[in-house]
Amino acid sequence: MDEIVTLNRRELLKTTTGLLTGWVIAGSPLALIAPGRAWAVDLVSLTSAEGATLMSVARTIAPHDKLNDAAYALVIQAIDSDSAKDADTHKMIRGGIASLRSDFSAASETERVAALREIESSAFFQTIRLKTLQVLYSSPIAYAYFGYEGEAFSKGGYLLRGFNDLRWLPEVPVEDSGPLPEGE
Amino acid sequence: MARIEFQDESAVVIIGSGAGGGTLAHELTTRGIKVVMLEAGKRHSTASFSQVPGAAFLQLTWLDPRTQSGDWGVAKNFPTLPVWHCKTVGGTTVHWTAATPRFEPWELRGRSTYGNIPGTSLIDWPISYDELKAYYLLAERRLGVTRRNGVPGLPASNNFKVMYAGAKKLGYKRVHTGHLAINSRPFDGRASCIQQGFCAQGCKTRAKWSTLYTSIPRAEATGNLDLRVESTATRIEHGADGRVNAVIYRDGEGGEQRQKARVVCVAGNAIETPRLLLLSDSSKFPHGLANSEGQVGRNYCHQILGFVWGIFDKPISSWRGATLAGVVEDEVRNDPSRGFVGGYRMELCTLDLPTFPLVGLPYGWGRDFASVIENYRNIAGMLINGEDMPRAENRITLNHDVKDSFGLPVANVHVDEHPNDQAMRKHAQTQTSRMYDAIGAKRVVFGPVPPATHNTCSARMSADPREGVANAWGRTHDIKNLFISDGSALPTAGSANPTLTIVALALRQAEYISREMKARRV
Repeated sequence: MDEIVTLNRRELLKTTTGLLTGWVIAGSPLALIAPGRAWAVDLVSLTSAEGATLMSVARTIAPHDKLNDAAYALVIQAIDSDSAKDADTHKMIRGGIASLRSDFSAASETERVAALREIESSAFFQTIRLKTLQVLYSSPIAYAYFGYEGEAFSKGGYLLRGFNDLRWLPEVPVEDSGPLPEGE
Repeated sequence: MARIEFQDESAVVIIGSGAGGGTLAHELTTRGIKVVMLEAGKRHSTASFSQVPGAAFLQLTWLDPRTQSGDWGVAKNFPTLPVWHCKTVGGTTVHWTAATPRFEPWELRGRSTYGNIPGTSLIDWPISYDELKAYYLLAERRLGVTRRNGVPGLPASNNFKVMYAGAKKLGYKRVHTGHLAINSRPFDGRASCIQQGFCAQGCKTRAKWSTLYTSIPRAEATGNLDLRVESTATRIEHGADGRVNAVIYRDGEGGEQRQKARVVCVAGNAIETPRLLLLSDSSKFPHGLANSEGQVGRNYCHQILGFVWGIFDKPISSWRGATLAGVVEDEVRNDPSRGFVGGYRMELCTLDLPTFPLVGLPYGWGRDFASVIENYRNIAGMLINGEDMPRAENRITLNHDVKDSFGLPVANVHVDEHPNDQAMRKHAQTQTSRMYDAIGAKRVVFGPVPPATHNTCSARMSADPREGVANAWGRTHDIKNLFISDGSALPTAGSANPTLTIVALALRQAEYISREMKARRV
């Protein structure tokens, strides 16, 4: 769970410009895999306020109400990292945030959606949208939340771990499928 | 492994190491023929395959720039990735999902079966089904294809149970876990499938056939193969007699090399194969090699592909198990009363969680988009796989405005869908939707047209030299010692996933090339 560790590794570098923090909710999927009760993500090119606004944008793009903020913070961390590497990207991201209504994060979902619809064709929105989809669903936090189990080679595959455990439909006759392989 | 001198004029140079090139190299080297194989990608192994979906995609995919145009959805949804194939030793057999159906006999006679469909460039294959069948049998034995030659099928996964129940409700009869080049029991020194999913990330158990760990090491063991990785062919040269005699390529350090050749076989997948022929223009062949009729790059086919997702109220966990282990074949027939010609398969499919929102769903964001993903665990999936119509203007050309890292023009992929394609997709979406509805789906979602994985026909075989690039052996009409050895040579796309046919044709071509070489005709 490297990414969770990263989340909690607050190396307060001199270059740190912002910070996103949050709590791990007891009993949530994140609690099962997180090493601590709190998380924090350092930003190196965006401010805390900018990061917070981007969190709201990402949550509006991909709203999963019960998915912990930590999953979204990883998206913002990735955007922040891209922004730190390239001056044009930095300018575009900051400009995009500044163009949003100042109370964006506090606005209702309907209002936030309307605001983003207006800028849907912009490079800013499309960059944030793509990054959100790329990063949000790739983390262990998301895997746990959506129930996705990921690679299974390291565990011997799903052959003995439920690849055919569905019971709410009839079994397939063996002539249309095949026998389970015998132990090797 | 052999080291063949640059100046050695006796070798066959094969460009590409996938289903076509890898098979051909194995066949030729076991017959004592020296082969230099140029592979643009790196050599990975079962040990080095990444099991992180995004990283695996970057590790295996051909990501060099390409452009595209036309009205197909891919140009809009995936502007920088018109096609999805591999750049690595083993080519696209590293990430393929190993479905190995055969073409139907009538699919080899597209023009005769379907008639004169306006706006298409349909032709019949210059090979009969009976001729091809002998090589299908051989290919199926080599690959250990399930449900052929007494090889058992794969067991039914959860995702297949859903597909099967829905198909049976609709009265479909030809429904089974599919013909797959995935071991249902240990075979050929490779283990049986452990249902790990992740077929498309490179199979770490080698249960799935790939030239990477079958044909290529065996060809190397003959001592006749010189495999050069990170070697990108940029030009094929010819002599005053019009025969090709050398291949120029860039090595891993970017240095230019020139390998002499007795025969050249191009197997770079249906985008790079025509691109290389077009890049090889000369004063003698001003429009590129084998292009006297202007056919190189034309008639590009990609099959009608589309994801269909059924959302249920109970868990399915579709990611568990061999990705494509299931098929409904009842719609593989030519019945124009459905409103289109040609047939399609419905194949089992799923996508890992990180890839699902990026490739599997239509463009979107917001509450409704997220609500589909929220159900990820309860989603069953299928892939529509149907025959698309060849069109002369659906073609690969050079885009001189965009250059690759060597300064060469990139390929542009142009596709305008034919009304037949659209009618077929609509029919397939209706049928797949009915399947899921019949067993209580809460909702059915159709994915966008994904980046093409079944790229074919862009340097096709034809009986009439005016209608294609190569003859019935894949030898180009114009140049006696230049061969097309990959899916580019298919005359029409059919509804079968193309790899088995590419392997069968490579087996057949190898016999021809070795015969011609022995007789000193090339």
